[in-house]
Amino acid sequence: MNNGKFKIENVRSKLVHIGFLLLTAYCLLLTANAQNDGSEQNQTGKAGTFAIVGARIVTVSGATIESGTVIIQNGKIFAVGANISIPAGAEKIDGKGLSVFPGMIDAGTSLGLVEIGQGVSGSVDLSETGTMNANAKAIKGINPHSSHVNVTRVNGITTVMSYPTGGLIAGQGAVINLNGSTQDEMAVIREFGLVINFPRIATFGGFAGGGGFGGPPIEFSEAAKRRDTALDELRKMFRNAESYLRAKDAYAKDKTLPYPVTDQKFDAMAPYIRGEKPVVFTAERERDIRAVAKFVADMKLKGIILGGQEAWKAADELKKNNISVVYTNIHSLPVLDDNPYDYLFEAPSKMQAAGVKFCISTGDGGQEVRDLPYQAGLAGAFGLSKEDALKSVTLYAAEILGVADKMGSLDVGKVANVVVTDGDILEARTNIKYLFINGRLLPLTSRHTELFDSFKDRK
Amino acid sequence: MKKFTSYLILFLLLVGNLNFAGFAQAKNDVLIKNAMVMTAVKGTLQNTDILIQNGKIAKIGKNIAAPAGVRVIDATGKYVTPGIIDCHSHSMLDAINEGSLSVTSMTRTRDVLNPTDIAIYRALAGGVTSANLLHGSANPIGGQNTTVKFKWGHPVEDYPIADAPPGIKFALGENVKRSTSFAPPGTPVRYPRTRMGVIETIRDAFLRAKDYKQSWDDFKAGKTKVQPRKDLELDPLVEVLEGKRLVHAHGYRSDEHLNLMLLADEMGFTVATLQHGLEAYKIAPEIAKRGTGVSIFTDSWSYKLEAYDAIPYNAYILWKNGVNVSINSDSDERMRRLNLDAAKVEKYGGVPEEDALKMITLNPAKQLGIDKHTGSIEVGKDGDLVIWTAHPFSVYSRVETTIIEGETYFDRSTDTQLRLDMAKERDTLEKLDINKAPGTGGGPPAVPKEKRRGDRDDAEYGDGGNRL
Repeated sequence: MNNGKFKIENVRSKLVHIGFLLLTAYCLLLTANAQNDGSEQNQTGKAGTFAIVGARIVTVSGATIESGTVIIQNGKIFAVGANISIPAGAEKIDGKGLSVFPGMIDAGTSLGLVEIGQGVSGSVDLSETGTMNANAKAIKGINPHSSHVNVTRVNGITTVMSYPTGGLIAGQGAVINLNGSTQDEMAVIREFGLVINFPRIATFGGFAGGGGFGGPPIEFSEAAKRRDTALDELRKMFRNAESYLRAKDAYAKDKTLPYPVTDQKFDAMAPYIRGEKPVVFTAERERDIRAVAKFVADMKLKGIILGGQEAWKAADELKKNNISVVYTNIHSLPVLDDNPYDYLFEAPSKMQAAGVKFCISTGDGGQEVRDLPYQAGLAGAFGLSKEDALKSVTLYAAEILGVADKMGSLDVGKVANVVVTDGDILEARTNIKYLFINGRLLPLTSRHTELFDSFKDRK
Repeated sequence: MKKFTSYLILFLLLVGNLNFAGFAQAKNDVLIKNAMVMTAVKGTLQNTDILIQNGKIAKIGKNIAAPAGVRVIDATGKYVTPGIIDCHSHSMLDAINEGSLSVTSMTRTRDVLNPTDIAIYRALAGGVTSANLLHGSANPIGGQNTTVKFKWGHPVEDYPIADAPPGIKFALGENVKRSTSFAPPGTPVRYPRTRMGVIETIRDAFLRAKDYKQSWDDFKAGKTKVQPRKDLELDPLVEVLEGKRLVHAHGYRSDEHLNLMLLADEMGFTVATLQHGLEAYKIAPEIAKRGTGVSIFTDSWSYKLEAYDAIPYNAYILWKNGVNVSINSDSDERMRRLNLDAAKVEKYGGVPEEDALKMITLNPAKQLGIDKHTGSIEVGKDGDLVIWTAHPFSVYSRVETTIIEGETYFDRSTDTQLRLDMAKERDTLEKLDINKAPGTGGGPPAVPKEKRRGDRDDAEYGDGGNRL
């Protein structure tokens, strides 16, 4: 956390002048401040056996149980049902009037990579220099002690995919649980998804577009040319990586062949080129999404669209190539003035109708990831069923991230990422009552509750 | 014969006019039947009717009979709220910041209103009927505001609320300091660069305004025969000193907002609203004591350093201290879902439902001095109403109809029909020769000009808000 960092620097500068005794005093002060200011980041909760009794259980994968019990043991969901015996020594939680949900999952954030976006560049690790950064890994940049972690999880979001932005190949995302003192403790999938800002025809701003932010618009034909050039570069990068990997394989079998010099960018691309892991393409418009589908087919990749404003229009190509969509545009304005006002609110229901596999994501850098349930709910106001709205931030997201065997629903054997609420988890007025990540009961505190406690009674 | 024709034409014109007037009146008279009416002042009334006549709420009650010619809307199972009022918006402004000087009180957003901005229609579709259109935050003292009703489809002069008290934008903190970084090459760095300089800039402007006022007072009292020169920069500040113009002061940190209020104490005026006030909760008693209002984002935070201590409990702490709180959007996007921002303050701290609703209706109306017209559902107020499919604080709720002074400006079923018509029209247009793709007989396509309107006034400093 930045506050913590600033304080440490203060301590260092004073050390020279004041000496050891004062240093000790300052260290104590630092500890005290840290407790006001984010020590909860290190409170990774309490392990144990827990029984949530007499609650409404929204399993997501199956029927909702109106009154039942959920047992959490050894970090897993041990039992779910209407008539479950409670293990000896279990900590009992009265679930009367409460509902139990699987923790929500946001499959498209940059949480932990940026603390304060504007004006505090020291806290921003979003985007590497250069255009080809396959080896840039979000897991190495995520700050486990970011205040965004707690602020997000206390709203019922327990898992996110966090990804780097910028350039053509931005780097690799990571799927993390929002608990842990180290990056590895948080990691669900350390390296998930090679994120590519797919070249698009942009007559203003943006990547491969005209003049940059605020620059003059460029001719369509020129914009198309720039898109083609960038796409060629991308293809070349993939072909070169393929050749490199073939050379490496060949050398492994026959040591008389020339030794291929190690290239960490090509090495980083290996599981993606081989179709073992998904490539995540940012794309919004129909023509760009169709172009992604073609690229995925040509390169024989596993593809995911991130963004997906007009994905429903390319449903045929997406289904044919098994491409799913992480939809990040509930809180975006329609691009064209004559797009219907609800163009982006109703896109999820159109994807659902067209049979496109999708989930709903905030697409946010961190601070607004806690809005995930309300974004799904809003799609529920515009054609998506309530059940699908909930699935779009739980089970569907887990499926797209390839972790549905571990999370996304309340099923025996899954990781105990469990949220207990006093109502529909997608509603803005609902309160979170208990929160478990990996079976650990977490305090419902954050930077925000601590500041609240500090000032609420000031006279 | 010629004379007869002339009379006939005159007669037809008169009859035509009468008919038109009669039609217009009937069109704006509405009876909403059998709704859950959230009045924002007297609780929620079940199965209640609202009659709007001549643009005003004429009756609220059960089983109101529809007068002849009045349009009836069946709102069974639906909710009705007052129209939402956004106390901080830059919608329909063709320019937002005159950032060249530190004090630009002579500029007016009234001069750059664009009634064709699609943001207006989208806001109506989110239940917003009125807005405070503010100058940006590029300078300590910015331009004059315009308080409007979103009368989409009407000429621009119908938008401003005629007797709304005038206001002016002030700004503090990061935006004001950073604006100088965007000075074009060759131009001098603009003062101020620090919070120290910001407050002195405002103090200087008010000291000059006081001198200016003195010279006019002396002239009016006959002490001197030399008429002072009119000063467009200082006139609005004299109005502030005289309590005739509302100060809407953008700021984030509690210390900078407190310093402004202390300066206002010294100069003898009251700040009308602290805009944003992300740390206002830290100085709630000081704000309450002065009767200053606060217009906040419910839960935005961390997008810049001065927003790092923002908490979603801000509204609750201010409310508990008796401060008039409104929730604004400062964004064409967020404006469409202010109902959900109001819902959140119930969650964070536990503001009661009606007080939460007030934060997007009656409270901003009071802050803008338009509460005698709008902001609650009461007999005699303007018929500015929103019909929702479900409780407006539910994520599953959607706006069905938005009405201003009895006239419908957004209606979901009309919209659905219109978009089918537009699709047909687009289809026809696309088949015209002029629109054929290159190489198929058409000319080169036009490059569409896309607007780049910043989200939050923070994003727009330094370039006059017009990037393209």
